[in-house]
Amino acid sequence: MSTTTSTSALKEWPLWEVFVRSKQGLEHKHCGSLHASDSEHALQMARDVYTRRQEGVSIWVVPSASISASEPNDKPEFFDPASDKVYRHPTFYVIPDEVGHM
Amino acid sequence: MYTQSFSVPDGSDDAKSVGLKAVPKALNAQDAALQAQFDARIDADGRIEPREWMPEAYRKTLVRQISQHAHSEIVGMLPEGNWISRAPSLKRKAILIAKVQDEGGHGLYLYSAAETLGTSRDQMLDALHSGKAKYSSIFNYPTLNWADVGVVGWLVDGAAIMNQVPLCRCSYGPYARAMVRVCKEESFHQRQGYEALLVMMQGTAEQKAMVQDAVNRWWWKCLAMFGPPDADSPNSAQGMRWGIKRISNDDLRQKFVDATVPQAKVLGVTLPDPDLKWNEARQAHDYGQIDWDEFWATVNGNGPCNKERLGARVKAWNDGAWVREAALAHAQKQQARQQKEAA
Repeated sequence: MSTTTSTSALKEWPLWEVFVRSKQGLEHKHCGSLHASDSEHALQMARDVYTRRQEGVSIWVVPSASISASEPNDKPEFFDPASDKVYRHPTFYVIPDEVGHM
Repeated sequence: MYTQSFSVPDGSDDAKSVGLKAVPKALNAQDAALQAQFDARIDADGRIEPREWMPEAYRKTLVRQISQHAHSEIVGMLPEGNWISRAPSLKRKAILIAKVQDEGGHGLYLYSAAETLGTSRDQMLDALHSGKAKYSSIFNYPTLNWADVGVVGWLVDGAAIMNQVPLCRCSYGPYARAMVRVCKEESFHQRQGYEALLVMMQGTAEQKAMVQDAVNRWWWKCLAMFGPPDADSPNSAQGMRWGIKRISNDDLRQKFVDATVPQAKVLGVTLPDPDLKWNEARQAHDYGQIDWDEFWATVNGNGPCNKERLGARVKAWNDGAWVREAALAHAQKQQARQQKEAA
């Protein structure tokens, strides 16, 4: 097919992660990512892409490159110490029924 | 909107790699353990997330499928965008603009999901623009008149929904999450199309005939959207094994036929298939033979609008190059100015 793309345009805008607060009182929640040239641009794009149906009242955008994440391969070592501390959960403690809700 | 990508290799794919992927010969002990972990998670209907270990064939299949799906959304804007300036009323125009904007958004959700697998936006767009990547063949047919716009919403988006709902349970997290978002929005697309047709069916005899004519032209192409029969769809089994595909092509097609027949009745149109009838024993509708030669001819570039669609897409991309470059230059200038002020 007769299709050539100008290679000079193959320069990507940086990637941003988008977090949206769906309504007052709730936390911002990750909802996706997009490419934009700068933070202002990213906010406008996020509004157009992720809040077309009043899904949000506030948006955060964060450069994806700025996010530090735990290593998926380290999952057992990283999270395991929590699994043997069952006494951190309320259900660990047996309370007589007559006490009622506690 | 949706693509039949499960069974359609991109232009670059080696024909041999299209079938079931063989298990790599010599897995070292570590890889074998990772593979076993992956298989166990899939078997338990768990989810795979970005940066986690996955078989290379799983990653490649997802990149191909998600990017084809994204391309379909983007190219799908063209047949309808065509009608924005000629919509019969301001109301219909506003609805159509909203729908086409949604399709652009769907493309973006999907490109983002594919990028989590290590491909880049530019690589994907380059594959589309060079003609290497496939997109749904349904968009290589023309929208001849206003009734076509309604039928695209009712039948094309209806078929898309049938296909996309099970993808919300796809084993790859980002793809599944993108599909949840897409499906929420897609329902409006189908309903607005059906309602536009209901209005036309209350019109003149000519308007009613337009609706019937559009249904006649689109029906078989929509059935083909679900992809080749299960027997001719070697990728499906592997897709099912991986939890990417949940329901087979033929089962989805059957669901679509069964759902559409009563809708057609309410609308007052007939579906152009003399073999279409209720089968009491199967508790489902029987339907006639799909023309797979036409389907493959269109997939392989010889449909009525393949060149026009790709040409329009490439032109839009090239014409927009200066905007993308200017935005980047502006951002760099602002950044330099801020650094200078801070110094």
